[in-house]
Amino acid sequence: MAMSRYMARAVFLAFTLCWPFMAPAQVPVPPLSGRVTDQTATFTTEQKAVLEQTLQAFEARKGTQLAVLIVPTTAPETIEQYAIRVAELWKLGRKKVDDGAILLVAKNDRAVRIEVGYGLEGVLNDAISNRIISERITPRFTQGDFNGGVSAGVDQIIRAVDGEPLPQPNRTPVAGIGNIQQYVPVIFILAMVMGGLLRSILGRFPGALVTGGAVAVVAWLFAGAVSIGLVAGVLALFFTLLGGGMGGHGGGFGTGGFGGRGGGGFSGGGGGFGGGGATGRW
Amino acid sequence: MRRLWVAITVLIALTLTGCGYNALQSTDEQIKSSWADVVNQFQRRADLIPNLVNTVKGFAAQEKDVLLGVTNARAKVGSIQATPELLNNPEAFAKFQAAQRELSGTLARLLVVSENYPQLKSDANFRALQAQLEGTENSITLARDRYITAVQQYNVTVRAFPSNLTAMAFGYKTKPNFTVDNEKEISTAPKVDFAPVPSKPQVDAQGATR
Repeated sequence: MAMSRYMARAVFLAFTLCWPFMAPAQVPVPPLSGRVTDQTATFTTEQKAVLEQTLQAFEARKGTQLAVLIVPTTAPETIEQYAIRVAELWKLGRKKVDDGAILLVAKNDRAVRIEVGYGLEGVLNDAISNRIISERITPRFTQGDFNGGVSAGVDQIIRAVDGEPLPQPNRTPVAGIGNIQQYVPVIFILAMVMGGLLRSILGRFPGALVTGGAVAVVAWLFAGAVSIGLVAGVLALFFTLLGGGMGGHGGGFGTGGFGGRGGGGFSGGGGGFGGGGATGRW
Repeated sequence: MRRLWVAITVLIALTLTGCGYNALQSTDEQIKSSWADVVNQFQRRADLIPNLVNTVKGFAAQEKDVLLGVTNARAKVGSIQATPELLNNPEAFAKFQAAQRELSGTLARLLVVSENYPQLKSDANFRALQAQLEGTENSITLARDRYITAVQQYNVTVRAFPSNLTAMAFGYKTKPNFTVDNEKEISTAPKVDFAPVPSKPQVDAQGATR
């Protein structure tokens, strides 16, 4: 008993002693709540609304997702390291098109960075990003005009991206056949439970047919691709045909939480970033 | 009942998650794709160099040593074929890394030297090249980081139980990873020296100039 108390004390002491030596924590990446995230109260509500409006209109027209983030500091990381963490978390830009970009300002570090997604690296390359920063943004920042600098930078980014032919916005994403793996457990359970029930009612082959068809429709609805539905249906058909006597074991089963894509708000489309862009200081 | 077992066996064979075979496959592919990105970024840097050397030559032709150093380092980098097979050969991998490191060093020197030529520094072409070079160095750093993570995941899969048995059976071996560029320099305390010697370019742990 006394031993354990000493142990607890030792552990406590160790933690207290270790505390001051722990590495300084990284600046957390704010959750993506809107196109403009300002943690320094630099913009007025009106300025922020105007900027959001510009970015939203651009996304509606072109499909490209742009965002602005202003933080006080990125220390102990460099602005490049912080920017890529933001990019990896926010995943701006459409999946496979990778057409996202982030304008990041670290106000107290006096540093600004444009982080460019893979899909925009051609048109918004490092040299052009650098020119946007050094010719449009930092001259205004030096005079304390942050809103003007960010707006001018965003305008210039939009102009540059307009030169790039990108796929039409709002195209429903086609799910790849590679996603089939994540549906296998669902299909398997469906086939086992439903197939067993139906087979005992309808007989082996008709039961399997009905199960296969039902699974195909369900998979089609979830995955949004006919090909996946068909593959799932065929799999379910074989499971049921081969499966043993499961009749009578039928029980209730709930469809799991397939979170729908919530309307409203702003979320990244799954774009990838590879460290393209430029950094500037003022 | 027999058929149920058949179905279950088929299913297990299909998924094969238990023994780590699929994890080996996916991490191996992850390494290949992140390696491709590393090579791609290194290539982009190498492609910038002829232009950069020519631009600097126009303003600072007397800096022959530095220019020659960069050109030679680039030629050496170009002579190494960065194929995926390189990844299975620690010696060739170390050689590749050393060549890229030398190029980083000479490039850093070139940029330090160019600071002495105001006309060169204000040249639009040079500034664009410099921005591209900086961006490429950043992309190299990131690609290397991602490659390091990919190799780490793969190596853990190869060495952890029970997937190490699968790895042994199929002949998967651990792969070499990037090491810190200037390990020796970091492990020795820096000497502060006020003698008027031309400053040595600072190369940080990632090999990028800042």
